[in-house]
Amino acid sequence: MAEYQNIFTRIQVRAHPEMGVPPYHPDPAWPREGKPFFSYWLGRVGDAQVGPFYLGGLGVASLLSGLFAILIIGLNMWASVNWNPMQFVRQLFWLALEPPPAKYGLSIPPMGEGGWWLLAGFFLTMSILLFWVRVYTNARRLGMGTHVAWAFASAIWLYLVLGFIRPIAMGSWSEAVPFGIFPHLDWTAAFSIRYGNLFYNPFHMLSIVFLYGSALLFAMHGATILAVGRYGGEREIEQIVDRGTASERAALFWRWTMGFNASMESIHRWAWWFAVLCTLTGGIGILLTGTVVDNWYLWGVKHGIVAAYPEVYTSPIIDPTTLPGAVK
Amino acid sequence: MTRANRLPFALAAGIVATLFLGACERPPTQSKQIGYRGVGMEQVINPRTAAKTIAAVKIPDVIPAADPGGPKASTIYKNVKVLGDLTENEFNRTMAAITEWVSPEQGCAYCHNVENMADDNVYTKVVARRMFQMTRHINETWKSHVGETGVTCYTCHAGKPVPENIWFQSKDKASKSIMAGYRGGSQNNANKSVGSTAMTADPFSDLLGGGKNEIRVQATKALPGTHNVSIQDTEKTYALMIHMSEGLGVNCTFCHNSRSFGNWTSSTPQRTSAWHGIRMVRDVNSAFLTPLQSAYPATRLGPHGDAPKAFCSTCHQGLAKPLNGAQMLKSYLELNKTALK
Repeated sequence: MAEYQNIFTRIQVRAHPEMGVPPYHPDPAWPREGKPFFSYWLGRVGDAQVGPFYLGGLGVASLLSGLFAILIIGLNMWASVNWNPMQFVRQLFWLALEPPPAKYGLSIPPMGEGGWWLLAGFFLTMSILLFWVRVYTNARRLGMGTHVAWAFASAIWLYLVLGFIRPIAMGSWSEAVPFGIFPHLDWTAAFSIRYGNLFYNPFHMLSIVFLYGSALLFAMHGATILAVGRYGGEREIEQIVDRGTASERAALFWRWTMGFNASMESIHRWAWWFAVLCTLTGGIGILLTGTVVDNWYLWGVKHGIVAAYPEVYTSPIIDPTTLPGAVK
Repeated sequence: MTRANRLPFALAAGIVATLFLGACERPPTQSKQIGYRGVGMEQVINPRTAAKTIAAVKIPDVIPAADPGGPKASTIYKNVKVLGDLTENEFNRTMAAITEWVSPEQGCAYCHNVENMADDNVYTKVVARRMFQMTRHINETWKSHVGETGVTCYTCHAGKPVPENIWFQSKDKASKSIMAGYRGGSQNNANKSVGSTAMTADPFSDLLGGGKNEIRVQATKALPGTHNVSIQDTEKTYALMIHMSEGLGVNCTFCHNSRSFGNWTSSTPQRTSAWHGIRMVRDVNSAFLTPLQSAYPATRLGPHGDAPKAFCSTCHQGLAKPLNGAQMLKSYLELNKTALK
């Protein structure tokens, strides 16, 4: 049994596929699709059964919107290398679909100067929002809580702030992020430089705390459960309802180690809130940048969070434009 | 796992490692503290690549000084417009030096019609004359950047008729209203001169071309007001700074305290020198290099028909001090008008 419970499972169960409970809300137009099958390699790391799938109207609409978005982005990238397939592959990480230039503000730009970006953004947003509704309704249909949907909503909040809410607040689509691998990273660095170093933004600080905190909590929780796997600790749901020796040992371990232990249930609330707050605070930090604060370093100086340290050069460094007779 | 089973894993691991680590330099690197302790003010260098860059610098032997006295070059040769004040011997020594510095393989005929050395119909001669004036101009008026080390033809040319690092304008294709493939100003194509980033390949036309376009992008007040610089303009500045960093083989912290790039009091003295350097390059491009456009044949011009121009790496070529600080100008004072006076 201990062998079966671990990653890289050595024993795989083969039986008639599990078809799941009947849909809570029968929807004859969109039944579960596909004949389930078993995958040996997926079975090594999880459940070997693949399918049946349930897409539904929302799923299809979401996939189609996402497909449009990716097609618009990909074809624009391809067009930017004159439809050369070799260059498309070679430069793929550098290519992008750019937002319109600043001169267009919030107006609808020509397609060839950012209009495609706006259209791709619309379809991508539709795809994500439809998928969110799908996550929500699927949870409802299965009689579950909607925790996954709200955690997803937190990530969508950051996405919308970056590409929609903040550009509107700033009055220009050009403030938004390009669709591209390296270009969006260049945008990120330039954004921090333009607004005087994002590390002095308290909400950015919080977001980092929750990001690293999430990773730490995930490592602690995963390690704890694996470590008590030999006592059935991975059956967390049973352990929540009926605390057994695995729970007791895990709790005792952390109490001995750091004087405090989460409970079998509360650790999941800790993890959920850390993950949710990461993008929630991050979104607030981005939204405040440029709209409420223009230079976070100077804001930090003003509010006493910037450490001062001694000058080490023999003469003070002075802005040459402030010197008399300076070349401008 | 059997041996046969392991092979695909080993292959996969090899491919993944190559994909993710292929562009990395191997350790160890060295770091040198250049500011207050513990604040990351340091220069990180890879001693192996640094050694290669330094080894690539070949300083030509100094040609023995010309015998003093004798008639002026202008009285011996025809059509000497810039170096006429030199004696004949000095003039010939300078010509020997420029041949070694700029066209060692092509020789005198690279610039001269050897049937008639005074003939101005060879375009390279017209350009070379202007370059003498430019070199003197730099050494005379831009001491704030070049100091007493100064520049010679060799600083940029390093034995090549066309300097290794030059730039041309880069523009987007004229876009029709519905056309896809908008690049937002020559972006997204891994341009070497801006460190293979996806940022604009040509921050130079606007920032080094000769105008007084603002390079500074950060607000000087904490709260929003009149300051309005777009992310695109920020990337332009950023691309120029990447060019400077790559062109000089230094990190951002060579000039800036990266916690506040715009702040002068926490910057290093090198930033002042770089500030003058930017003005120097603007001056050189607008007064000397751009106007030479009509002198060049089409093969020497850029894709948009502009003359080749200078930026930081033209002289620096990967080193914080061009030619690793070699003092060549001292032996060729005719290129330094102030010293001649």
